[in-house]
Amino acid sequence: MASVTMTVNGKSVTADVDPRTLLAQFVREHLRLTGTHVGCDTSQCGACVVHVDGKAVKACTMLAVQADGCEVLTIEGLADGAELHPMQAAFREHHGLQCGYCTPGMIMTAVDMVNRLGSDLDEATIRHELEGNICRCTGYHNIVRAVETGAKAMTGASARQAAE
Amino acid sequence: MADSAVNGAKTGVSGAGEADRPLRHVRQALPHDSAVRHVQGTAQYIDDIREPEGTLHIAIGMAPKARGRITALDLAPVRAAPGIVAVLTAADIPGPNDVSPAMGDDPMFAEERVEFHGQALFAVVATTRDAARRAARKAHVEIEAERPSVSVEDAIARNETVLADYGFGRGDADAAIAQSPHRLEGSLRIGGQEHFYLEGQAALAIPGEEGDLHVTSSTQHPTEVQHVIARVLALPDAYVTCEVRRMGGGFGGKESQATQWAAIAALGAKVTGRPCKIRLDRDDDFVLTGKRHDMRCDYALGYDDDGVIQGYKVAHLVRCGYSADLSQGVVDRTMFHSDNAYYLPAVRIDTRRLKTNTVSNTAFRGFGGPQGMLSIERAMDEIAWATGRDPLDVRLANLYAAGRDITPYGQKVEDPQIMHAMIAELAESADYRARRAEIAAFNASSRVLKKGIALTPVKFGISFTLMHLNQAGALVHVYQDGSVHLNHGGTEMGQGLYMKVAQVVAEEFGIAMERVRITATTTAKVPNTAPTAASSGSDLNGMAAKIACEAIKARMTAFASEKYGVLAEQIDFRDDRVFIGNESLSFPELARDCVMNRVQLSHAGFYRTPEIWWDREKAQGKPFFYFAYGAACAEAVIDTLTGENRITRVDILHDVGKSLNPAVDIGQIEGGFVQGMGWLTTEELVFDDEARLRTHAPSTYKIPVASDVPEHFKVTLYPNANRTQTIYRSKAVGEPPLMLANAAFCAITDAVRAVAPKGARIPLDAPATPEAVLRACASLQGEALDGEALEAGAQP
Ligand code: FES
Ligand code: FES
Repeated sequence: MASVTMTVNGKSVTADVDPRTLLAQFVREHLRLTGTHVGCDTSQCGACVVHVDGKAVKACTMLAVQADGCEVLTIEGLADGAELHPMQAAFREHHGLQCGYCTPGMIMTAVDMVNRLGSDLDEATIRHELEGNICRCTGYHNIVRAVETGAKAMTGASARQAAE
Repeated sequence: MADSAVNGAKTGVSGAGEADRPLRHVRQALPHDSAVRHVQGTAQYIDDIREPEGTLHIAIGMAPKARGRITALDLAPVRAAPGIVAVLTAADIPGPNDVSPAMGDDPMFAEERVEFHGQALFAVVATTRDAARRAARKAHVEIEAERPSVSVEDAIARNETVLADYGFGRGDADAAIAQSPHRLEGSLRIGGQEHFYLEGQAALAIPGEEGDLHVTSSTQHPTEVQHVIARVLALPDAYVTCEVRRMGGGFGGKESQATQWAAIAALGAKVTGRPCKIRLDRDDDFVLTGKRHDMRCDYALGYDDDGVIQGYKVAHLVRCGYSADLSQGVVDRTMFHSDNAYYLPAVRIDTRRLKTNTVSNTAFRGFGGPQGMLSIERAMDEIAWATGRDPLDVRLANLYAAGRDITPYGQKVEDPQIMHAMIAELAESADYRARRAEIAAFNASSRVLKKGIALTPVKFGISFTLMHLNQAGALVHVYQDGSVHLNHGGTEMGQGLYMKVAQVVAEEFGIAMERVRITATTTAKVPNTAPTAASSGSDLNGMAAKIACEAIKARMTAFASEKYGVLAEQIDFRDDRVFIGNESLSFPELARDCVMNRVQLSHAGFYRTPEIWWDREKAQGKPFFYFAYGAACAEAVIDTLTGENRITRVDILHDVGKSLNPAVDIGQIEGGFVQGMGWLTTEELVFDDEARLRTHAPSTYKIPVASDVPEHFKVTLYPNANRTQTIYRSKAVGEPPLMLANAAFCAITDAVRAVAPKGARIPLDAPATPEAVLRACASLQGEALDGEALEAGAQP
């Protein structure tokens, strides 16, 4: 057993885990944050994307102990209380989901994309950046629209925050 | 003629609509019912449900060989592994060792013989999933291995089939071909496809009193899961309840093939007395579950000077895998769609349902239809290559039309003019003719990159061809506070069925969407249901729900009519109120009043599709309630040095009747097209000589990602009420769009043609992977080079 301590969605958590425990398993089974989905088990589909210290990570391919001392953000921690995060709102608004299984990972990747590249994203960039996230349902068209809109709304939101 | 067909379609639809009053919910582009939960990660799939205390986890022990007799199965090392609570084998099954949908040839666990590599031999039940998976690899298995049948040719050589050969036709196709001025023969191989539902197969079985079982399963067919569990556990159906709130994708892969995993979980629960959960690891899921049927289509045809087919013959040699599963219906549907949108005066369609030592192929969006359609699209291209005519003109010349409107199975195409109108409209809006010329100019000057374009139609028959499946039930309760509980037999796999049916219910009661509570599909509320398949989910369940609402409304109306002394005709449900003559009260007020006066506010609605029939022996009938139509124009570019290819532009016009929810329908069209494009371009299943699947993860099996989809991807709904009496005159939309992707395959083929000598045939099979495109280019250029060399050699 290994002891891990990390901040998940703003709350500090400490647990004793089997050192083999994957981060995806840890958030799903130990913390019951089941919005982080496991689609492929092997780092290819992107359903499990979370942020570790502000960077998008496939949680099925990182050990929980590797995230020791880190800040972890999962889909459950993205919204500000009852109000959806602008990227979440955009996915809903633009029908960027069908079965919804890829959705949390898509949104976490999209937010990371905006964090890294800013909100003025052209379509080719969005499509390229989404290459690590598979959606089997939507054909991506509406996902790309959602990311475009969500990105714009994120600057709007942070500008508002800065102004406040 | 084309002009009048356009006008006919445009004017022919008016007046076919439902009620004249404006609709409040139906036809609105409302978001998916779970959209808010999906974006927050709070929508639960099977693996997200809080496990009851003491839940055990199951992993599958898989066969190391594809074909042969099992001579030893030593499970002692498995039982000795840490955390193991039970090891399940065929000996533990109280009832028959059979999880098949119908034919009795799918064992839960192989007993004497293994039939495919990876086949389930046993299951391990352990305290953790990790312990179960580790132990499952510890068995000593000995198999007297035989050479497996891998290909269609292997199965033909052995003459092994899973079902009897079957064919039908009209007239004397051979004679018609022989008498035609022009003839050709060819063969097209079409690959299979892995579903890759993002949520893998999963089930949770919880034991109750006296053998009762509650099973949550990621299944499109809860009724079959219930019945099969009862069968294998030798329980009455009534002891087993199967429930599913949602799936993370299905696409047909959870129609019959979710059952085995749910049944194994149920057996585990029965044997251990504890809740048991199974979630297949993704690589195992690839190996253990069936795919789209791959096949070889051998065709021969005769045509006249205008490229119009006089006689057509096709033999579909289908790789079904080791068992029948749903192959009867699937391959029959290949036959029903071997005409696609084209009239075949004299026709013969034959099929062989071949047995190979591979996983049992199963339902996949389109259910065999896509393969039948792709083979005749190739035939259309062949005629174009031979005659030098534009492939679109060949297609138009062969399209069903008035007087040339009877399908090979005797059903009349009632509205062929729609196809003419749609193709004309799409050719115009996508600028097909001008682009064809631009592409020719581009290809003339571009040495390495070549472009191609294609415009192909889709005509897809709607209804289950197994007649008894065309039924549905819905259970609707109105509570005293005016909230409504909605349940029906359809399952939600992302396609928006729950939302569409809820829209119908809110519309019927004239209430806000928020009053309608959508609840999980369960065999305890609506029994004996069909799978959610064949695109029929909203047609069937929408109607059943409407019937239930109408019955409740009629009782509420009768009560109000008597109480207020107002004629029933003067009572109207709208805007969350009930207008009774000059008075009105809120919907909850009337509901409460009904309860106080002992008026029943619950109803089980039932619907069966009228008119349809099919006599398989005689090969005659009207198997489809109606046809859904579409057309797609795709442009492709290939690199002739590497074979790499891209679809660069897509324009789609699709007929969903009068849409119940245009946002949902457009999403289905976009997703269906891209899934079809994956099938025909990048997704390749590779089985080696030992019949082992080598492409068992998305690392080796390439599923389209966002950058594979063109930026120009325009989907337009064709405004057209369904001429048939369907729910609010809509049309089914789940499967038909997948086949729009035939245009992508034909466009790539057209691009390859740019390197071909005039009149040459293009040797490109599906999927058009870079390797396949490169091979096709190389062989054509080889031909061209040889030709040049010959000419050069002739005059030294
Ligand atoms: S589950 Fe982590 S990438 Fe697929
Ligand atoms: S919505 Fe189903 S996988 Fe993306």
